[in-house]
Order: sequence, then structure tokens, then C-alpha cells
Amino acid sequence: MRIVVPKERDELEFRVAAVPDSVKKLIKLGFQVSIEAGAGSAASFTDDAYREAGADVVAEQQELYAQADIILKVLALTADEIELVKPGTTVVSFVWPAQNEDFLKSCKEKNINLLAIDSVPRISRAQKMDALSSMANIAGYRAVVEAAHHFGRFLTGQITAAGKIPPAKVLVIGAGVAGLAAIGTAKSMGAVVSAFDTRPEVKEQVESMGGSFLTVEIEEDGAGGGGYAKVMSKEFIDAEMALFREQAKDVDIVITTALIPGRPAPKLWLEDMVKTMKEGGVVVDLAGEQGGNCDLTVPGEVVVKEGVTIIGYTNLPSRLPTQSSTLYATNLVHLLTDMTPGKDGKLTIDMDDVVIRGATVVKDGAVTFPPPKVEVSAQPQQAKAEPAMPVTKPEKKKKSTLQIMAYWAVAAVVLLGLGNVAPPEFVSHFTVFVLAVFIGWQVVWNVTHALHTPLMSVTNAISGIIIVGALLQVSGSGSGLITLMAFVSILVATINIVGGFFVTHRMLKMFRK
Amino acid sequence: MSGVITMAYLLAAVMFILSLSGLSSQETAQRGNLYGMVGMALAILATIGSALVGAYTVLIIAMIIGSGIGLYLASRVEMTAMPQLVAMLHSFVGLAAVLIGWGGYLDPRIQLEGAAHIIHNTEIYLGIFIGAITLTGSIVAFGKLQGKISGRPLMLPGRHWLNLGALIITALFGLLFVGKHHSGSATFLLLVMTIIALLVGIHLVAAIGGADMPVVISMLNSYSGWAASATGFMLGNDLLIVTGALVGSSGAILSYIMCKGMNRSFISVIAGGFGSDGGSAAEGDDVPEGEPTPTSHEEVASELAEAKSVIIVPGFGMAVAHAQQAVSEMTDNLRKKGIEVRFGIHPVAGRLPGHMNVLLAEANVSYDIVLEMDEINEDFPETDVALVIGANDTVNPDAVERPNSPIAGMPVLEVWKARRCVVMKRSMGSGYAGVANPLFVKENTRMLFGDAKESVQEIIRHLPK
Repeated sequence: MRIVVPKERDELEFRVAAVPDSVKKLIKLGFQVSIEAGAGSAASFTDDAYREAGADVVAEQQELYAQADIILKVLALTADEIELVKPGTTVVSFVWPAQNEDFLKSCKEKNINLLAIDSVPRISRAQKMDALSSMANIAGYRAVVEAAHHFGRFLTGQITAAGKIPPAKVLVIGAGVAGLAAIGTAKSMGAVVSAFDTRPEVKEQVESMGGSFLTVEIEEDGAGGGGYAKVMSKEFIDAEMALFREQAKDVDIVITTALIPGRPAPKLWLEDMVKTMKEGGVVVDLAGEQGGNCDLTVPGEVVVKEGVTIIGYTNLPSRLPTQSSTLYATNLVHLLTDMTPGKDGKLTIDMDDVVIRGATVVKDGAVTFPPPKVEVSAQPQQAKAEPAMPVTKPEKKKKSTLQIMAYWAVAAVVLLGLGNVAPPEFVSHFTVFVLAVFIGWQVVWNVTHALHTPLMSVTNAISGIIIVGALLQVSGSGSGLITLMAFVSILVATINIVGGFFVTHRMLKMFRK
Repeated sequence: MSGVITMAYLLAAVMFILSLSGLSSQETAQRGNLYGMVGMALAILATIGSALVGAYTVLIIAMIIGSGIGLYLASRVEMTAMPQLVAMLHSFVGLAAVLIGWGGYLDPRIQLEGAAHIIHNTEIYLGIFIGAITLTGSIVAFGKLQGKISGRPLMLPGRHWLNLGALIITALFGLLFVGKHHSGSATFLLLVMTIIALLVGIHLVAAIGGADMPVVISMLNSYSGWAASATGFMLGNDLLIVTGALVGSSGAILSYIMCKGMNRSFISVIAGGFGSDGGSAAEGDDVPEGEPTPTSHEEVASELAEAKSVIIVPGFGMAVAHAQQAVSEMTDNLRKKGIEVRFGIHPVAGRLPGHMNVLLAEANVSYDIVLEMDEINEDFPETDVALVIGANDTVNPDAVERPNSPIAGMPVLEVWKARRCVVMKRSMGSGYAGVANPLFVKENTRMLFGDAKESVQEIIRHLPK
């Protein structure tokens, strides 16, 4: 089957759905690949690079769409494109099926099989094809870069000859994939980063990226299905707003990434907070497409209001086209790999596979959206695991003073009793024994873990000291049996001594820096 | 003359203590071993030189043969086979203790009365008992480690009662024996006890499975020490007492550390049969959800090459596959690229305490980068790639995440906190504990199936030059 990768029609779209590396992998799967001339130029992939990877470069649009069995795109087909596509073609791209019912209808009418990469269910197995996450990751990174670009100072703190520079303070609202990427990027540029999210279980992830996690005093878990957040109660939102107002006085850069699936973006950074912010501050609103988290955001544009720059770009991933194309193309390769079980270039749409089922929104002239609900995600599992943690570490019972005293009292009585009946010779040996046990205990605790095997072999060797007993028995008893037994004892004990020391020596020689 | 010998013994005892304390760091370890040798030479020469020893021909022949065998074994043994060698050497101490105990009992020169006699007999009795258990226990351990006996725990019906019965009979016989003078009935009691102890030794170790071997070996190490101590009491020899006590407490500490590494009590390990009691209730919902994601050598190689920091977690599987040389080569290769590569060693990894360290040392891995679990565990979240080679239970997230798991509470290396976790494994089989490992289906885990050695070599081939 032939895969066709057209140039994106939207003028703000710089990504492309295949890169030379992914073309090679597609060909390995048994497909032929055609790419529109200049499709990768905005993302710095030349036509020659595609040719080298094995793709045919086609300049003529009509010819291109006519050969297609499968079309890979970033954005959904435009109305013009649908005209060109022949019936029965399979198309994979971002679709946003919930918001684009008319588009689904026109695909249905044209008998196009449509797979929405944004509808791949968020389960572990499908992570490798989760384009939303890979794009969100890039958006988070780019958000910080944009913020740094519009911010008039360093992000990092420095002490220079010209004076001390304080680090910039960054607040990230919403710690999803984009939020976490933003935290990591801002942190690595030297900023002081704090983050807020309604789902308390992301605290650890925020901290692992180097941010500090802000909390409100109200306990409410904001985890909705599929790793997304849900709408919170009014009390919670009030507390959240109070927290943000407090933060607004302090922070230099705010990055908002809060989205609730299927709803307009919640308004979290209000006009009065922008007013409170310092002159020269920056707000980057990643929810611009859904109306924005900030009151003052103008989707797709950069505006300066109340002395604060508000960035509402809706195509952040596209502003890093080489990177985002590479990741998106890899996501698509993973999806197609799963759909080509024979690696023979024959695509099958298996509606029993939950991943494929979720992604497929139009098939065989019927709209198959929405899919039956899949309720698996890493998030709920983790949430279950967290509270279990303390259970696994039961508090060690401390022995009471009384108990310890009782032990010693018993020990003393036993020892005194023994001393009463035992001959003095035994008592002196016993003293030596007990002291030696204590010395051994102290000395051996100092042995490093790495040397436990040599410790065993050396103690093995010195326990061969038992040879002394055999040596004392070997002569003078007058009994042949005893001499024979002593002979055997000396023999095996010598094996022990020599073997033990030698192998220890061999081992220790190997330990080196 | 006897004063000189006593002083020589004292010096030897001091040397032994210095020998053990030398092992506290790699820098002083070789010197420590030397102290041990000098101490041993002193003790033996002083004993031979004393008036009590005359049969030089016999003892010289025995020592020459013994040295020959010892040198042969020690120079031939592969580092992966160290556990077997150690087990074998333990059995020798046990054998010597039994023989010397019997020798002490049969020796006509010893004539004691009253309390001294009872104590002397007790010492003989205890020495033989511990020695016999050490002897057969070590032989079984050797067989299991060598693969000559099945590593599966042997489950006799009512095994705890068998052990208890044996102990009670031993104690009863002991009470009868200690008062008796040299006679036919006393010899009979001692003989029966020796046989029972030999059987107990077999049974005790046969009931313990493969991965509990570190505990068993250190336990036997400890026993061999106590056997030497008991012999020392019998002969009234302080050097034996001191040395035995040193070895005994060393083995006890190692056992304790190993047990802590598995979060199990010493008793439960010795009672044997892990997973057969208590754990089964949880197994119904044990199957981890999801599927493992396989990966290729090529992909692992590029992930390693692009990482900033890598932690390698080896387990018994690395020893089985003899992969340590290849792992070392890969480590060098990555370190030359400026990647921080370190090793995280679980206390019970392998079949012997510190087994992994020795294997890595053999393969020329610098000991600076081989760290203990406690030293490295908190670094996983900042690590790019955690590479698990032939380890399973020691990296099972259930131990911390599921309180009703059979291995809950066992300290584990938290490899799943690394950004990417690659697990090298032969198949999806579960580990020794028979517990499924949800690590394999975690989102950031990739499985690399196949023989560890070949896999590592393949990865090296794919690393960018």
C-alpha cells in the first residue's frame, strides 16, 4: 500500500507528518511512501533527504492524492483536500472529533476511513503513539522559551561584578505533560519554579522536575478520568484564586496549561492578578485554543496589557517544527506498526484492539465516534499506591527500658549461676569467648558491603584454626583411630586455610579503583 | 615453654582481629588478608613446636596434601562459582569439628571428674552437633549451588515437627550423655546424636530455596565458627575460642544483613519454603495489568548513548550468563563518552553476600562506581536509564506499592523511578519468590529479551563510536 504525506495547508503549520527517519521505518513495514515536494522544508527536511530515505517526491497535488491508500497529516484534511482524496483512503491526523462533527460527516460521505491521533486512548501500551503528550511536551518547552524571549531579565540568578541578579520566579499552573516540561525547562534555565495542580498526586512529579508544589488548604482530589483534571467545587476554586492572588505579587512569569477535556479552558489568571503582577512580567497561556486560562489572552497573538506581556500563541509545537515533526512522525510509525501486524504493507483496522478502536472515528462509511469508554490510566493506579506507602513501613517497636533491664537481669543470674558451679578454668575461657564475640561483632559491622564475599572466604580460612585441635590430637594418644581422625582433620583444615587465604588474595587483587 | 605458646596464640588472635578490621575498606583489605596469613602461620608453628606434638611425618604429609588441594581449588575457581567454593570450605570445618570432637571423646589421656567432666562432655557434644550440621548442610548447599541437587525447596510433610523432634531427642540424649564416663552406652548416645545432626543438616538446607542461599551460606559460616569455638572449649584452647567467636559473629551479622535485605526474619528463612505460607492469599489479583513493551538492542544502545546518567542493576542472572566482562566493557565505553555510569547492588543479589561486587571487580569495574542500595536508591529519579540485568525480585515495585504483596516491605532498588528502565531478561517468568513483577509492564519500562551476555555485546556493537 502507498502512504502519502502532503504538505500542510495551514500557513501557521510548519510541521510535517513524516521525516526521513520515519520514512525508512515505514518502508521497512512494507509500505511505499510518496511525499509532496517541499512538505518538510519548513521543518528543515529537504526533498533530497526524503528521496535518500526511499520516498518518491511528487510535485503535482492531484497525482499525489490519487495514488494514496493511506494519508498521513498533522492537521485534519481541509475541504479542498477532501475533494482530491479518493474513496476508501485511510487518513491519520489530528481531528478533534468532538468539536468537528461536520468534518466527520463529510469524511463519512466520501467513505474515508479516518483515524484521529488525538483520540488514541491514554493507556500504557499506547503511550508510544500518544501524540498529544509529545506535542504537549514541546509546547511546555517552547512556552518557557517564548517567556524568556519576552522577559527583560535573566531567568537565572547570578552574582557578577556589576551586581547581584535575582533569579526569575516562574509559576506553572497545571502540571500535565506540558506543565511538567515547562517546569523542567524553566528550572534548567535557572529560574525558581513553583507549580499548582488540582490533582494532589502529581506533587511528586512536580518535585522530581525541580519545582515546588503549591497547595491550598482544602482537600479535594481533582483527578478526572484518563489522567485529566475535572471541574472543582466552588470552595476549592475560591481558595485557589486566593492563592494565585498571593502569588501574583511575587512571580515574574506565569505559564498556564489548565485544560478540562471537552470544556472551555477554566479562567484562572484573572485581570486583577495581571494588574498585580510586576511591570515587565510575562504570561504564557497554553490554553489559547480553548479560549485561554487568562482573561486577557488574545488567542494566537502576543499582547501587552497592564505592562504584562500575554502570549496566546496556539501553535507552540509548530514553532519548534523539526522537533515536533520528528516526534509526531515517530508516533505515527508506532501506530502504523500496530496496524500492520504482518509487516507486509497491508494496513488493517482492527476494531477489537482498544487503541485502534479509540483512534478510529470514521470507518466504512459510518461515524464510530465516540468509542466505548476505556478506563485505564497510570494516574489512578498511582493514586491508589500512594496512601499505601506508610503501611509498608510499620513503626519498629521500641523495647521499653523495663524489658531491657529484665533481659540483663536474666543474663546476670545465668552467668552468676554458671560461675557458682563451673571450674575456674571454664570461667576464664568463657570470659575470653564472650569478649571475642563482642569484638567480632564490632569489627565485622565495619566491613563494607562490597567485601562481604572476601569476608566470608577469609573467615573460612581462619576458621581452619580448628587445625590446632587436630594437631594436638595427632600424636601421643596411642590410639590409631584418633591419629587417623586427626590426620583427616589436619588435611581438610589445611585445604580450608590455604584455599581460603589464597582465594581471598585472588579476589582482593581484583578490586581496584 | 607454654607461656611462649600462649603468647604466640595471643598474637595470632590479634592478627585475626586486624585481618577482619582490614576488610573495612578496599584499600586495607589486602593487608588484612596478609595479617590473617601471618596469624595462622604463627598459630600452627607454635602448636607444632610445642612439646605435645610429635608425629611430624603424619602431620606434614596431611598438610602438604591439604595445601596442594587448597591451592588447586582456589586458583581454579571461577568467580561465578565462589558460592560453591565457600560452601565446600564450610563443610571441611564441619568435618574437622566432628572428627576432633570424637577424638576428644575417645582420647584416653583426658580424665576429669565432677563439674569439669560434665562441662567437658557438654563441649564435646555441642561441638559435634554443630559440626555435623555444618558438614551436611554445607554439602547440600554446595550441591544446590552447583546444580547437582534441585534448587527447589524440599517440602517434607511435617518438616517443622521433624526438626523439633530431632532437637528434643538431641537435648534428651545430651542430658543423659554429659554425666556418663567413657562407656558403650555413652558412645551409642554420641553416635546416634551425630547421625541425627547429620540428617538435620541435610534437611535444614534442603528445605531452603535457591535465592535464600546468601542467608544459608552466612548461617553455615556462622555455624562453622561456633563449631570451632566449641572445640576450643573442649581443648581448653583460647585461640580456638576467640577465632571461632570472631567467625561465628561475622556469619551471624552477614545472616542478619541478608535477612534484612529480604525483609524476612531469620526464623522464616530457616523454616524454608518461601511463598508457601501466607503469601498465597494475595495471588488472586496478582497479575499485573498491561503488556510489556519489548525493545531492540539498537534502541537501548541509542538511549544509553544519549543518557547523562545510567545505573546498572545486576542480579543473579548476570552471574548465570557470565555477562560481567561484557557489562564492564559497555561501562567503559559509556564512561568514555562522559556518561555517568554506576552500579546499584542489592544486599541479596546473587548467591553470596557481596557476590556481585566480586564479579564486577573480576571484570575490572572500579569499585568507586559500585554502590550499595542505600547509597544509590534516591538517585533513581535523576537517572536517565536504569539497566536491570538479570535481577527480578530485588527490583519489584510491589514491595513498596502493594502492602498485601508477599514481598511487601522488602527493600528494593527503585529502578522504575528512572526516566527509562530497561530490563534484560530471558523470558517473562517470575523470579524466585514466584511473585509477578509489575515493573515489566510499567510505562517507562522496556524489555530486552535474550541471554544477558549476548544482549550486552549486541548493545556495545550498536553504540555510536
